[in-house]
Amino acid sequence: MTQQPYLPILAVVAGLALLPLGLSSNTVLNFLSFAMIITLAAQGWNILGGYGGQFSFGHAVFFGTGAYGMALLQVRFGVNPWLALPVAMGLGAVVGFAIGYLSFRARLRGSYFALVTLAFAEVFRISANAWGFTGGAAGVLVPLRLDPANMQFADKRIGFWLALAFVAAVLALTLAITRSRFGAQLVAVRENEEAARALGVDALAVKLKAITLSGAITAAAGCLYTQKFLYLDATLAYGPWISVEALLAPIIGGVGTVFGPLVGAVVLLGLGEVTKTVFANLMGGSVPGVDLVVFGVLLIICVAYAPRGVLGLVQGWFRRKASA
Amino acid sequence: MSALLAVNAVTKRFGGLVAVDNASIEVAQGSITGLIGPNGAGKTTLFTVIAGFEPATSGSVAFEGRDITAMPTHKRAIAGIARTFQIVQPFAGLSVRENIAVGAFLRHPARASALAKADAVGHQVGLGAMLDQSASQLTVAGRKRLELARALATEPKLLLLDEVLAGLNPSEIRDMMPVVQAIRSGGVTILIVEHVMQAVMSLCDSVYVLAQGRIIAAGAPGEVARDPRVIEAYLGHGAAARMQAQAAGGAHA
Amino acid sequence: MLKLDIFLSALANGLMTGAVYALIALGLTLVYGVLHIINFAHGATLTAAMFAVFVAHSVFKIDPYIAIVILTPLFFGLGYAVQRFVINPASHGNDSNILLVTLGLSIIIENALLAGFRSDTRSIDVPYGFSVIEIGNLFLSTPKVVAFFASFVVAGLLWLLLARTDTGKAIRAVAREKTGAALSGINVDHIYAVTFGLGAACLAIAACLLMPTFLVNPRIGNAFVLVAFTIVVLGGMGSIAGALVGGLIIGVVESLSGLYFGESLGQIGIFLIFILVLLFRPTGLFGAKA
Repeated sequence: MTQQPYLPILAVVAGLALLPLGLSSNTVLNFLSFAMIITLAAQGWNILGGYGGQFSFGHAVFFGTGAYGMALLQVRFGVNPWLALPVAMGLGAVVGFAIGYLSFRARLRGSYFALVTLAFAEVFRISANAWGFTGGAAGVLVPLRLDPANMQFADKRIGFWLALAFVAAVLALTLAITRSRFGAQLVAVRENEEAARALGVDALAVKLKAITLSGAITAAAGCLYTQKFLYLDATLAYGPWISVEALLAPIIGGVGTVFGPLVGAVVLLGLGEVTKTVFANLMGGSVPGVDLVVFGVLLIICVAYAPRGVLGLVQGWFRRKASA
Repeated sequence: MSALLAVNAVTKRFGGLVAVDNASIEVAQGSITGLIGPNGAGKTTLFTVIAGFEPATSGSVAFEGRDITAMPTHKRAIAGIARTFQIVQPFAGLSVRENIAVGAFLRHPARASALAKADAVGHQVGLGAMLDQSASQLTVAGRKRLELARALATEPKLLLLDEVLAGLNPSEIRDMMPVVQAIRSGGVTILIVEHVMQAVMSLCDSVYVLAQGRIIAAGAPGEVARDPRVIEAYLGHGAAARMQAQAAGGAHA
Repeated sequence: MLKLDIFLSALANGLMTGAVYALIALGLTLVYGVLHIINFAHGATLTAAMFAVFVAHSVFKIDPYIAIVILTPLFFGLGYAVQRFVINPASHGNDSNILLVTLGLSIIIENALLAGFRSDTRSIDVPYGFSVIEIGNLFLSTPKVVAFFASFVVAGLLWLLLARTDTGKAIRAVAREKTGAALSGINVDHIYAVTFGLGAACLAIAACLLMPTFLVNPRIGNAFVLVAFTIVVLGGMGSIAGALVGGLIIGVVESLSGLYFGESLGQIGIFLIFILVLLFRPTGLFGAKA
């Protein structure tokens, strides 16, 4: 393996970057931008859940913190979005560290960790819904002012490229992690924490690093969400939908792999769109929830038949083809 | 000879049960020291206290003259104490090389150097041909070697081996002995916990015998094996007397 | 005096709601105690049961209390089948897989209900819906009083079933030592499924007791599921008595904090208790210290 390991990332990102040049349809662009935001949230989940083995059911807590941070810094404090974004990511990291410190110090793992993250997300959701500073139940509206200096783009393609740039950076970061000491220790903690500690791995520090990083990345997804839709309320920011999608995408794509979240997000959202369209035509009107039913079925099928996700299936298929 | 490890009057209680009772041992620099005893004697408990997985109820542990009683496990590894597990604990989802590399990363932060170290250690313990296999595909003997390799890859000064020979057949034990001896020749001090007595006797410079949580005998393997208290501990009350009587009877005949 | 009246009525309301919470938590804690898994689909199953009560009433004109007789065996069967033919085979005996499979089930149930019934909030009209029982200055809603006592009756029946029947003995044996139980001839998969069925049956009864005074919409399960988890964690995972006491405590906490902090923040109290218990006393208030 002396070949350049980052080449596949470059190829995939370049391919995605070229897409909008051929496709100018707004629907497709919106879909792609949204898919990149979900990918980013899922990449954050994957670092903690996929590599670290700590399954969070409440990644909305980071997404929402990023989204609200981005919106409130602009609306309440007049901070430029280009500055607000790293600050909001920092907030996500802080929330990640705090939740990690409390839960991992208390030695929560498995179902208990999943539940406590879910509860944290709910506490944040209810608080954001009740607090005047966050706009309460009415939510926050970021004023429309199309200007690249204001991170609002008249050309939707630029919004997509910006999100893609984040995804690309995290792809590279994830690959770098898998090739680093931190990555090896993180996976060791996932596989067997006792054995890892015996080999000099500070399991608490490793998990804290992972959840802090995870929080920052998923918060970045929230920031981009705010800039794309310019509106937020507690359910959009901290609701269970984003916790579920951040977890589903890596599991469906390939948990604990570099490309898993990206593949999963595209498959998931693509399938969701197809389902919605098919049912809308069948029933003569849109049917809420059908796409999510498909997601749920997909999750169970993946756990039962494809523990390594779509990427695992594709790899297995190529291997069989090669050996045939 | 200075003691690399000094365990001083360690007691470990679980609720009302006293698993280790006022045990003191010393492991000399460069030695292979054995810790033996019948099942349930408290060997593994004492071992986990030394490795820092369980806190001692009382007593202290010193390494290189430094008190490490309160030091967390991973810091002991950094200080130079590595252990293997009696029930092997491979990182099942990783390859053999990746398993060993987790240990190697401790002293080699750079990936290339950690992988090189992992390969070298893999060859040293006889896993050279299996480096790319998944750890979950290894046989029991292979997993024991992997335990050893991972610990060794942390470049320890003191290696704690918890029943690395248990569960192996005689020919596998014969293969494993020179590996352990070679590690010592490489400058690593070894404390070995073993239930299989014969193996320990030929490997160790000195031996401690633990029974019902107490150290009942210590010394060179040959002396210890003849110690009536040890024989009683292993074979039951009165065994030493019976054996003596038998020996005396044999002389009469 | 008025203040005390308000406090007492909030307390009484809390206890009555708490009893139904306890019933919901009972199913969850039973499944945890035996299978050692967290059933994430518990809240969604409750929602489904509540919709079943709604359909039974609005389409078939069956009174919710009569529906108990039909829905309890129906949900027992559904719970049995889902555990035996979906969760068990799909999760390959791995705990985090079970968590994911039950999460998948909850997503499916919740959104299938959303697709079928839309997001409207629905309720049923029963003649006794607003009838009250007067005790001194306290006015207690009759259906809530019924629910309070019925919950204890169900808990008692469940206890009898576990303590006195052969199936109950088998369940307890599996809970304690599944390998040993299997060796002595108990069909573990069957017992797992029975336990799961019992959990679902508890939910069906809870739904029938709730519907005369509660509303239902496809997302209502979310509100209940964390409450139920909180109760189970508070009472000690797997403890039936703990679930009862935990349910009453949570009902009262919710009712009183709703009184003093307002409805929406009242729920925060529950989640904070949940988080604090998990962080500082994960074996529950009544569980043995680890």
